[in-house]
Amino acid sequence: MFSYTLRRLAGAVPTVFVIIAIAFFMIRLAPGGPFDQERSVPAEIQANLERAYHLDEPLTTQFLRYLGNILTGDFGPSFRYKDFTVTELLADGFPVSLKLGLAAMVIALIVGFAAGAYAALRRNSAFDAATMTLAMTGIAVPNFVVAPLLTLTLGVWLALLPVGGWGSFDQAILPVVALAMPEIAYIARLTRGSMLEVLRADFVRTARAKGLSERAMVLRHALQAAALPVLSFLGPTTAAVITGSVVIEQIFGIPGIGRHFVQGALNRDYTLVMGVVIFYAVVIIAFNLLVDLLYPLFDPRVRHD
Amino acid sequence: MIEALAAPPRSPWRDAGVRLLRNRAAIVSCVVLAMIAAACALVPSFAQWPLDAVDWSAIQAPPSAEHWFGTDGNGRDLFVRIFYGGRISLTLGLAATLVAVIIGVAWGATAGYAGGAVDGLMMRAVDVLYALPFMFFVILLMVFFGRDMVLMFIALGAVSWLDMARIVRGQTLTLKRREFVRAAHAMGARPTAVVVRHIVPNLLGPVAVFATLTVPRVILFESLLSFLGLGVQEPMTSWGVLISEGASAMESAPWMLLFPAVFLATTLFALNFIGDGLRDALDPRDH
Repeated sequence: MFSYTLRRLAGAVPTVFVIIAIAFFMIRLAPGGPFDQERSVPAEIQANLERAYHLDEPLTTQFLRYLGNILTGDFGPSFRYKDFTVTELLADGFPVSLKLGLAAMVIALIVGFAAGAYAALRRNSAFDAATMTLAMTGIAVPNFVVAPLLTLTLGVWLALLPVGGWGSFDQAILPVVALAMPEIAYIARLTRGSMLEVLRADFVRTARAKGLSERAMVLRHALQAAALPVLSFLGPTTAAVITGSVVIEQIFGIPGIGRHFVQGALNRDYTLVMGVVIFYAVVIIAFNLLVDLLYPLFDPRVRHD
Repeated sequence: MIEALAAPPRSPWRDAGVRLLRNRAAIVSCVVLAMIAAACALVPSFAQWPLDAVDWSAIQAPPSAEHWFGTDGNGRDLFVRIFYGGRISLTLGLAATLVAVIIGVAWGATAGYAGGAVDGLMMRAVDVLYALPFMFFVILLMVFFGRDMVLMFIALGAVSWLDMARIVRGQTLTLKRREFVRAAHAMGARPTAVVVRHIVPNLLGPVAVFATLTVPRVILFESLLSFLGLGVQEPMTSWGVLISEGASAMESAPWMLLFPAVFLATTLFALNFIGDGLRDALDPRDH
């Protein structure tokens, strides 16, 4: 288990390196620079600015300097938010994105798993059909459509909930629901599919044959087995959801880290964009690893040595 | 019994066709999608209002006999703009999917057929690419290198072929061991000919299913980029652009949000149903 973790972590290093390299050179080779939008400054000042941020050095030197810095945990100053370092901006935004994302994932997991499992148990019933149609809607309709529609109906027309902002419980409801809906849909479909397969499995037949009640069979045997594909789905999805949805944060004006990405790129805020990309990649890798480590707890056939 | 055996054998494709025709959701979806596609192809040519015509007497006007879906903040007819936008969204979806299918099939079939070190190397490359946060890279690409349609469609196609390559490789590995492929070898067919003539045609089923499910994903991604202001630019429009404009004007002009949202959702819905239907038809095992 320990050596497995070490091996996986070692395997993640080249991946992170490739991501950093692609992002770094793509950003730097693109036209435009971080100081373009400011009032035109005399050439000397421009040169001084660039020297201060080491932008005048050859690209490879800058890249090596950047790699050296992030190894010591220094992601550099933001080019746009002058008095902040990238680390500070991420530390400010991440708790917001994390709370929003975790709330959405918890709801998605409970609702999606329950609905999917129940639909499988009552196969071909009205509940099954309704759940699967709703799930298809959740998958087909993107959240940049769902979020404005929710805002329009519940926020504007019925005036039940605030349409934006962040801080109070009321303000969190719409973004959490909009964020959770597609995940509910995916989890429900996944659970239903795997539950149907599990219900045909030999161990379920054995459980029934030894006289276990349907209820005990489902609770003690089937649900655990049906949860496996959901578990693998949860890793990358949770990582993506807690690192901030660009769309949801923009629509509801939420101060998470999702908005830093697009705004940062538009502002040519090199260091901030790099920081977000690296952060995102590391969270994804960490969650995938976490899921793989948890897997043996749910499925005794899987062992890491 | 004897009559039944004497009946001409039905090909698996025919069986699949019969199963698909029995799937009401998929058939309805096909009809709806065909109607939307036809409208996108025809309406812009025959419409009373050109894409950019401004009706000064109807700025941000609600739906009326004159403007069926109302007008936007510049007095442009939404009915016409939605179908212009649909052209872009559907064309991009199909074109990028085609790119993804070509790259994915070529890559996956080569890796699966070659096997050994070549396979290991090619699939390792796919694994590394898989770990990249692609949405971020496409956004960066669009921000830094201009909001160019060709670039966007290449980017969308380039990020969608990975799953295709994996599916095709898996299928190729099983096909490779089948008797008819061995027979082709025994008769002296060159490897390229075996892949092109015998492997690829037998991959069509899973490829068709996956392609149908890729089109809505690409349309969604294009709309997302356009929604963020990074995709299709004025004066052209797409469903994502229209939804974004509608979302910012929804309090005063809800029709600007509702109509494009309904069209995008219906199209994605239909494509997903068709994809599911195809999968069930081609692969009769339960899902």
